[in-house]
Amino acid sequence: MSVGRAPIRGGAGRAPTRAGGRGRRQARRLALNGAGLLVALFAAFPVYWMITTSLKPSGEIFASTPRPLPAEPTLAHYRQILTGNLIPGVTFADFFLNSVLVAVTTVLLSGLVALLAATAVARFRFKLRTSFLIMLLVVQMIPLEALVIPLFLMIQRLGLYNTLPSLILTYLGFSLPFAIWMLRGFVAAVPRELEEAAAIDGASRAQIFRRILFPLVAPGLVATSIFSFIIAWNELIFALTFINRQDRYTLPVAMTFFFGRDDTAWGPVMAASTLFTLPVIVFFLLVQRRMVAGLVAGAVKG
Amino acid sequence: MTALTEGPQAGVAQQTLARRRRRADRLPYLLLLPCLVTIGVLLLWPLGQVVVMSFHRLDNVRQLRGDREWPWVGLDNYAQILGDPFFWTVLRNTVLFAVANVALTMILGTLVGLLLDRLGRRMAAFVASCVMLAWATPALTGTIVWKWIFDDTSGLVTWAFNALPDGLSVALFGRSDWTGYGWFNSPLLFFAILTLVVVWHSFPFVAVSVLAGLKSVPSELHEAARVDGAGPWRVFWRVTVPLLRPVFGILVVLSTIWDFKVFTQYYALAGGTQDRPTFMLSVYAYAEAFSPPPKYGLGAAIAVVLTLILLVVTGMYVRLVLRQEGEA
Repeated sequence: MSVGRAPIRGGAGRAPTRAGGRGRRQARRLALNGAGLLVALFAAFPVYWMITTSLKPSGEIFASTPRPLPAEPTLAHYRQILTGNLIPGVTFADFFLNSVLVAVTTVLLSGLVALLAATAVARFRFKLRTSFLIMLLVVQMIPLEALVIPLFLMIQRLGLYNTLPSLILTYLGFSLPFAIWMLRGFVAAVPRELEEAAAIDGASRAQIFRRILFPLVAPGLVATSIFSFIIAWNELIFALTFINRQDRYTLPVAMTFFFGRDDTAWGPVMAASTLFTLPVIVFFLLVQRRMVAGLVAGAVKG
Repeated sequence: MTALTEGPQAGVAQQTLARRRRRADRLPYLLLLPCLVTIGVLLLWPLGQVVVMSFHRLDNVRQLRGDREWPWVGLDNYAQILGDPFFWTVLRNTVLFAVANVALTMILGTLVGLLLDRLGRRMAAFVASCVMLAWATPALTGTIVWKWIFDDTSGLVTWAFNALPDGLSVALFGRSDWTGYGWFNSPLLFFAILTLVVVWHSFPFVAVSVLAGLKSVPSELHEAARVDGAGPWRVFWRVTVPLLRPVFGILVVLSTIWDFKVFTQYYALAGGTQDRPTFMLSVYAYAEAFSPPPKYGLGAAIAVVLTLILLVVTGMYVRLVLRQEGEA
């Protein structure tokens, strides 16, 4: 992303008049850069520390004086969590797979439903359009934490307790409002003239949708999907509540269950955390600009 | 009415278009149908159901499955909660935590946004990338790493405090050996660390939004104010803040909503939902409902209280957004 604008400088005709103006300006720049480095350190340090720790042999992790970098980097912790059985018959790979399955299915469903709704909102004027948009905003603000109990009831009634579809359903509901909110901007950005021209050439609605709208909205759909993916991938409470069979745990639950307790096998814990975190960081960096725009919803133009 | 019908007057297509126009009235509703069903079933129905549940005594999972009756208890659950001094402790925890976190997140985020705006291009890109890392990190793993940093034997913080000169450490804190010190044992320290974790995770969003807002402010405005002799402090309060007010409004409301119901970070840091002195509303509701013995009705009542509080905040949010979208 491109960040920052040249700092406000005096115009050409406004050379520093006082002696030492140049020195002061340099001091100011130094202070700003120093503050910048501090912020960068604070923000990035935990991620750096997670990766570094995951690569240290246990002896170094528990050494009395911590090293900034591993003296003898090792992949032993990764090997341990990837090959070892966390409980008999269940490996890290199983949890990873459960998470991928839940997240990908959520993304596909939510992308499809959101695209239809976004098309309706962005392309048509109808009576309840504004009410629908307001409902989307309000619904996004429902504290999901308050819905654990009634959704647990629903999952019990549907006989979905202890199954991955219980989570897919739940995450679909959670990701949908924001996905529509985000996608409608992308649909609205597709020039209507293209569709009109196709309609006049005799293309059916389905053809217009498939041949014209869909390809042009695809990048937006990718961005939206990544957002839904991150929601599903990171979610903890519902996964904790709806799944009580260890071989069906998703990654976050497995993490808290096996690593987050009082034991301190920090090497494997950091290796697992790294494997859990990296896909999210990569995806996140791809879409973060659009997310800002979506969240502050028109307040920021630029 | 649909846009597809507003094309140039091509006579051949005219009839088909007219026919489509009639069908078009139904089309948007058809397109919305899957989404409305999903939101209705997965968000609105549970929202109503949690209220219904809060009026019943539900303490067995078989009641949830529908195998047993639901005894109606009216407002008993609410009376029980509101009459319990513990609830007020929890409410106080929640509100204080939210206020502290929103304030710190806004201040730090705004400062970083201003900083990013003033840094040189390359430095700004570097700092922004690091800030993004904090934002991108999942709440769960971020918290686990902070927990490792505060580990009582090999954690960095324990090491740093041990590295202090003994005399200074004793003079300041009354101890020189920090190995085995329980960073999470006192509620106040626990909340301080939880605040650190949550602010670390949420300031990037504020910083990036403020930066985006700053970039949309024409730089001539700042220049003009400076030429008129305003100092940087005055420029900030008189030019920058008023222009960014809508952004600030939305950020404060969103942060409030998020910080009122922190759960994942709490759960990871506290290692579950057993530590009652540090409960907040979302954790309290969850623990009442799901820790054995389960009390789903009571938990639901707490959840309703949480929802009502957030509803007020949401009302403010919707008003702000609608004012800015200007399309209502």
